[in-house]
Amino acid sequence: MNLLYLILPLALIIGAGFVAAFVWAARKGQFDDLETPAMRALFEEPARHDSAAKNFAEEGNSP
Amino acid sequence: MSLPESGTILPPSDIGPTASPEAEVCCAHCSLPVPPALVREHEQAQYCCPGCRTVAEAIQASGLSWYYKLVDSTEPAQPARTTGRDYQECDDPSFAEAHVRTTARGDLETVFYVEGVHCAACVWLVEKLPQVVPGVREARLDFGRRLVTVRWQEGVVRLSQIARALDTLGYPPHPVRLGSEQLLRREEERRQLIHIGVAGAIAGNVMLIAFALYGGWFHGMETGFRELFRWTSLGLAVLAIVWPGRVFFRGAWAAIRTRTAHMDLPIAIGLAAGLLGGAWNTLHGIGEVYFDSVTTLVFLLLVGRTLQERQQRKAFDAVAMLSALTPRTARRLEGAELREVPQAALRVGDRVEVRAGESVPADGRIVEGSADFDLALLTGESVPERRGVGELVHAGTIDRSDRVVVEVVQTGADTRVGQLMQLVEEHARRKAPLVRMADRLSGWFVSIVLLLAGINALLWSSWAPELALEHTVALLIVACPCALALATPLAVAASIGQAATRGILVKGGEVLEQLAEPGLLLLDKTGTLTEGRMELQSWQGSAQARAAAVALERRSSHVLARAFVAGSPEGPQLAAEQVHETVGGGLRGCVSGQEVLVGSPSFLAKHGVALDIDGSDAALALEAVLNAGHTPVGVALDGHWAGWAGFGDPIRSDSRAVLDHLRARGWQVGILSGDHPRVVAAIAEPLGLDPAHCQGGMSPEDKLRVVEQEAATQRVVMVGDGVNDAAALAAAGVGIAVHGGAEASLAAADAYLTEPGLGGLATLFEGSRRTLRVIRRNLLLSLGYNTLGVTLAMAGWLHPVAAAILMPLSSLTVVSSSYRSKPFADR
Repeated sequence: MNLLYLILPLALIIGAGFVAAFVWAARKGQFDDLETPAMRALFEEPARHDSAAKNFAEEGNSP
Repeated sequence: MSLPESGTILPPSDIGPTASPEAEVCCAHCSLPVPPALVREHEQAQYCCPGCRTVAEAIQASGLSWYYKLVDSTEPAQPARTTGRDYQECDDPSFAEAHVRTTARGDLETVFYVEGVHCAACVWLVEKLPQVVPGVREARLDFGRRLVTVRWQEGVVRLSQIARALDTLGYPPHPVRLGSEQLLRREEERRQLIHIGVAGAIAGNVMLIAFALYGGWFHGMETGFRELFRWTSLGLAVLAIVWPGRVFFRGAWAAIRTRTAHMDLPIAIGLAAGLLGGAWNTLHGIGEVYFDSVTTLVFLLLVGRTLQERQQRKAFDAVAMLSALTPRTARRLEGAELREVPQAALRVGDRVEVRAGESVPADGRIVEGSADFDLALLTGESVPERRGVGELVHAGTIDRSDRVVVEVVQTGADTRVGQLMQLVEEHARRKAPLVRMADRLSGWFVSIVLLLAGINALLWSSWAPELALEHTVALLIVACPCALALATPLAVAASIGQAATRGILVKGGEVLEQLAEPGLLLLDKTGTLTEGRMELQSWQGSAQARAAAVALERRSSHVLARAFVAGSPEGPQLAAEQVHETVGGGLRGCVSGQEVLVGSPSFLAKHGVALDIDGSDAALALEAVLNAGHTPVGVALDGHWAGWAGFGDPIRSDSRAVLDHLRARGWQVGILSGDHPRVVAAIAEPLGLDPAHCQGGMSPEDKLRVVEQEAATQRVVMVGDGVNDAAALAAAGVGIAVHGGAEASLAAADAYLTEPGLGGLATLFEGSRRTLRVIRRNLLLSLGYNTLGVTLAMAGWLHPVAAAILMPLSSLTVVSSSYRSKPFADR
């Protein structure tokens, strides 16, 4: 049972690590917008479209 | 699918929804049905409107037709809208000063509020901006707030090009002011989130340790472990109090210093008692510790508080975005050229063009043309006034008829609107903050708890001195009003959120509390009670004269002339000849060989029509029109009076029912209007309002004076839409701006109704009443728990286990009570 003296502080240190990660993420603005990133994850497009669009952009074909 | 060749435009139907040849034709862009008249036989892609066509073609041309694969077909469709504006004002130096900032990497950055964002595909399309406009580095859309942050290279592309591109993609952009307050707010939101996270983590860990301690209490535990657990949880509790929890102590200190009641004070007392008592016991190895209760308290209170603030901020943002939507540009004449500039860039002496339907950007003198100006937002006067060359027009008045050119004589804060805004700010500052019910209650609460604690300490020290401290600390902790402090924020957060879905934006919880009890409701006439447009209300005279007048009025663009034509029956159209219009007077012309005059009484009199003979038909009929509160327009045939037309602003159909409902609830209702007293009386009578509270001919300063006078003795709620109401809105207990209101009134008001008419007002009042009922129920529940806890503590039976169960239980009751109630739902 003496292990408890080691395990409790250890558990708290691990917990503190996660809290620190959370604080870092919050300070970086990871939680500023919780809606849009979920939508961005849905975008999947064929690579060829990118190249097509690039052609247009390079020729200055903006509307 | 093959690669689209450069330069060719791919029909969207290649990839998007196809227009089916039979049955209903759907728009290739938005999938709404295409009106048959717009179907183009030979084309494959069909569009429901020019907006969709422009946008779809722009999407094709940029090679972004993948958009149609992403569009969520289950979302309600809406046709695309583009303005086709050139956004020249974005390139003006004064615009850059207010809206553009330089990033760390040397790029430029701005934020636009964009219209038309409705689904995930829009996020994709907007963020493809760098492909559409070379030189744009990045576009990030915040879907929830409809804000797009654009970063671009200086010198490579102009901001107006970027704005135009967004516009052609169907997302008309509106500039958003990049103030330091936005940044501060973002920091504040992140800080709150961190505090909640830390408080939650600490509370969870302390709770785990507390379980071990409770286990030890029931089954026995080695002293070493007990000490370990107690010291660890003490350390965590100290962390919770000095980091996330210090906000309560700051609030309590402010309350003590300013001698005001605030919920933070009893909270701080409870938290301090719990921490200090627990620390004392840990240090001496005696008694109980309450660290689990203390840390859970900090966590729950922070959550409740943040929820309320988020909802209020949402409402605040929504109102701020509405003002962002009002254009703040002007078309300046530079030589023969017209240039769109921000209003802030206008200087005295500039000449600006104002077209029909636009508002005047600055106080100025007309140098070209003449038009009818709607002064309603500025003066409350509902009849538009004709202004011609050399006459003064104020910023904020709306041109209702023709194009004019105005030379600027006053800009910004010097304009009439600017002066009124200063008045608003002054009164918003002077207004005493409303004291919430929970805060009022907390003053009593503190006194009672401290009194009980004193009695408790005295009694126990005479019976069992060694237990006195122990039981007093227990009392102070269990009396900490966790549920009490959650009661209001949660109920308010739920209500404000629900109100927003019904088109009512409420800026603060105090507003709901204020509106729950009846008081004096003062309404502005234009735009609140009435439709805000002129209509032909009465006609006295022959049908022949009316037909002749209509023939003449058809030739005029005056607001009353148009109302005359619209309000007259369709008959055989007579031809008018030799029509001559006198600005601000009337019309003269020839119809069927007769000389016809149509115009104001003074115009008729000037042309020799006898009107003022007492007892004559003309004079009696005119008196009747004026008494009805209508604006008279006379008709004369061959120099003899032939009829009066009465024009008025019709009362909204729902006004009467709403007012009756409010009066039944005990509200007194009155009118404060800038209109002529006679017009106000004519409105008040059919609505059944007390004439003592209905006043006309009020200037903005008069309105302010009346509101301040009344507010000294009772609860005053002011409803208005104009700049002229803004100061009164700010001074009233609660100011409510209604649909179509001026920017100034939006800023001054505490609540905003996005739907026209008074229906929203009834919903708001009813919702407030029900919200307050929920708050009261919550307060009662939490007081009940506290009474129980304090009784147990005074009897000396309060074990930490009891406290640990009682506290979360009371909070949970309040949480479920708040979220189950639907104050703004339909009955």
